[in-house]
Amino acid sequence: MEAIILQILNGLDKGSAYALIALGLTLIFGTLGVVNFAHGALFMIGAFCAVTLSRILTLSREVIDESKTDFLGNPLKVDVPLVYDYFGEATGAAIINWSVPLAILFAIPIMMLIGVVMERGLIKHFYKRPHADQILVTFGLAIVLQEIIKYFYGANPIPTPAPDAFQGSFDFGAMLGFDPNLIIYPYWRIIYFTFAMFLVGAVFAFLQFTTFGMVVRAGMADRETVGLLGINIDKRFTIMFGLAAAVAGLAGVMYTPINSPNYHMGMDFLVISFVVVVVGGMGSLPGAVLAGFVLGILESFASMREVLEILPGLNQIIIYLVAIIILLTLPRGLMGKKGVMED
Amino acid sequence: MLGLDRKDFRLMMFVVVLTLLAPFILNPFPEGSGLAQFNAGYPDLMQRFVIFGIFAIGFNILFGLTGYLSFGHAAFLGVGSYGAIWMMKLVTLNVIPAIIAGIIVAGIFAIAVGYISLRRSGIYFSILTLAFAQMSYALAYSVLTPLTGGETGLQIKPTDRPILSNLQDGEIGRANLFGMDMRQSFELNMGDWLFTFNAGYYIAAVVMLISFYVSIRIFRSPFGVMLRAVKSNQTRMYYTGLNARPYTLAAFVISGMYAGLAGGLLVAMDTQVGPERMFWTASGEVVLMTILGGAGTRIGPVLGAGAIKYMENILSKINKDILYEWFAFLPDGMTDFLVAIVYPFVGKGWHLTLGIIFMAVVIFLPGGLVEGGQRLARIFGRGKTKEADATQSTPAE
Repeated sequence: MEAIILQILNGLDKGSAYALIALGLTLIFGTLGVVNFAHGALFMIGAFCAVTLSRILTLSREVIDESKTDFLGNPLKVDVPLVYDYFGEATGAAIINWSVPLAILFAIPIMMLIGVVMERGLIKHFYKRPHADQILVTFGLAIVLQEIIKYFYGANPIPTPAPDAFQGSFDFGAMLGFDPNLIIYPYWRIIYFTFAMFLVGAVFAFLQFTTFGMVVRAGMADRETVGLLGINIDKRFTIMFGLAAAVAGLAGVMYTPINSPNYHMGMDFLVISFVVVVVGGMGSLPGAVLAGFVLGILESFASMREVLEILPGLNQIIIYLVAIIILLTLPRGLMGKKGVMED
Repeated sequence: MLGLDRKDFRLMMFVVVLTLLAPFILNPFPEGSGLAQFNAGYPDLMQRFVIFGIFAIGFNILFGLTGYLSFGHAAFLGVGSYGAIWMMKLVTLNVIPAIIAGIIVAGIFAIAVGYISLRRSGIYFSILTLAFAQMSYALAYSVLTPLTGGETGLQIKPTDRPILSNLQDGEIGRANLFGMDMRQSFELNMGDWLFTFNAGYYIAAVVMLISFYVSIRIFRSPFGVMLRAVKSNQTRMYYTGLNARPYTLAAFVISGMYAGLAGGLLVAMDTQVGPERMFWTASGEVVLMTILGGAGTRIGPVLGAGAIKYMENILSKINKDILYEWFAFLPDGMTDFLVAIVYPFVGKGWHLTLGIIFMAVVIFLPGGLVEGGQRLARIFGRGKTKEADATQSTPAE
C-alpha cells in the first residue's frame, strides 16, 4: 500500500511536466493546426530563463575585505552581489535564494515574446503547407534553438536549486497514519504539482470564462465563420501561441530544481510529450492533461522493484507500449474528437 | 538499357562514375596544404557516404513515394546490424552472409512493425513508428543485454569462433569477402596527392549502385505508380476498388530491408554495433538527409546523405586555431571579430549550421538540393542538366 502511494506521488511530478508540455502542444495544434516540434525547445528555454535570472542576480562586484586576509597576508577580495547594494544584505540573500520562483515573473514576458515572434516570423508561413512540412521546419528550429543554448551555456547540466525553505522532504506516511519515513516526498515536488494544477486550471478558466477565450474556442471550432463575423482571429491565435509558449516555459522554469537543465532536455521531453498528445487525442485539451498524468503515473509504477522482477525493462518501454495499445484500440486517442487529423 | 529509359540510364551512369571515382573526386586538395582538411577521400568517411546513401534511398522509397513519414527508421538499421554481427560471430566472417542476415532480420521486423503502424496514417503513423523505435532502443539497452551487449554493444572478440572460418587460436576474426580483408587499401601517390582505394569502400559502393538501380526500377514500375497514388489521394484509391495497405506495407518492408542492408554493411566495415544506432536522433538524421537532398527524387537522398556526413566529419573538425590561421591576413581586430562570428557555426557547433540549412531548405526549397540544382539550371538557361532531369519534382508531403 505504502509503495503504491509512493509511486503515485512520484508519477505526479513527471506527469505534471508531461501534462503542461502536452497542453501547450495541444493549444497550438487546436488553434493554429500546426504540429510544433519545437515545443520541447520552448520548455528548455524556460528552464534556462531560470538559470539566466539566477546568474543576473548573482552578478557581483569585487570588494576588498580588510578584516580578513588570504594565506599570503594580502587583504581578501570578496565578491558582493549587486543586489546586496540595492536591497541590503538580508533581502538580497533572500532574493538570490528565491531565484527560481522569481524566474516565473521573468520568464512569462520572455516566453510570450519568443512565442509571438516564432508564430509571426516562421509558423505563419506554414499554415497552408502539409503537416509533414510543419513537423520538419519546427524540428529544424528545435535543433537551432538547442544549439544556441548549448553555445552560450555549455553542454553540462547547470544545477539550479530550489529556495532553502523548500529543501527537504515531507513525511506523507506519518500524516496518513503509516509508519514515519515510509512515504517521504520532496517539498519542491509538491510545489511543482500544485503549480502545474494551478496553471492547467488557469488556462482552462481563461478559455472558458473570458470573452477572449470564448472567441478562441469559437475559432477552434470554425475559424472561417469567426473570421467572417469580423473578428480578427489571426491576432488572437498568435496570442494563444505566445500563451502556449509561456505555459511550456513555466513548466521548464519550475522543473529546474528537480532536474538540472541541460541543452537537450527539451528533446527528451518532446518525444514523450508527443506520445502523450496522441494518446490523449489530437486537439483535446482535457485529453492531453489526463494522458500526461496517466502516463507519468504508469511510468513510475513500472519502475517499482516488484514489477521489474516480473517484467524487466518495463519502465523503459511502458509509455510507448501504452501508446501503441491505445492507438490501435482507440484510433482517436483517449478523448480525441472526430475529424481532427483524419486524412 | 538495363530496362531504364535514356534519362534514367544517364543518371545511373552519372552515379556510377561518381561513386567509382570518389577517391579522386573527394580528394581535390594536395596533402599538407591548408585546404587538405576539406578532403573527404579517406576510407572511413567514404564508406559512410555510400552506406548512409543506401539508408536514405530506402527511406525515400517509403517517404518520397507514399508520403508516410516514419520517425523510427533507425530501428531497422540497428536490428539489421545486430543480425549481421551475430552471423559474423557465430557462422562465418565472410560479409555476404552477414549482410543477407541483416536484410532478412530487418525485413521480418519491418513486417511486424509495418503491419501495426500502417493501420494509422499522418502524425499517428509517425508517432507509432517512433514508439517502436524507442522501445527497441530501450530494450536493446537494458533487458536484451544478452542478445545485444547492452550499453557496450557487440564486437568481434578473440573468443569468437565462427564455425565456417578456420581461425588460429587467439586470432581475432576480421571481416572479409572470400579472403579479401575489408580494411585492405591500395594507396596511390601522384605528386602531392594521395588517393586511397579501399576494398570495403568499393564493396559498399557496388552494393549502393545495385540498390540505387533497384530503387529507380521501383520508381518507374507500376508498383511505384501505385505508391504515388497512395500519396496523392488514398480515398480515391479506395473508391476505385484498390486497397492501399498491401502496397504501403510492401513499401515499408522494402524500405526496412534497405535499412537492414545499410546496417549489415556498417557491421561489415567496422565489426561493431551499439544501441545508440537505434536512438531517435538517428531516425531524425535519415529524415534530414532525405529532405535535404530532395524527397521523392531519385538522386536526392544520396546527395543529402553525402552532404550531412560531410558536414558531420569535416565541418566539425574546424577549431578556433584553424579559423585564426584562415583569417590571419586581416587586421587583428577584424580577425578576432570574424572568428567570433564564424566559430559558433563550426566545430562542436556544426549542428547549428545543419539546423539552419535544414530550415532554409524546408522553407525555401521544399524539393531539396535537387530542386535547387534545377532552379540554378533554369536561371543559367542551360536547359536540362544532369540534376535537372533527376526529377519530375514531387516535393515532400
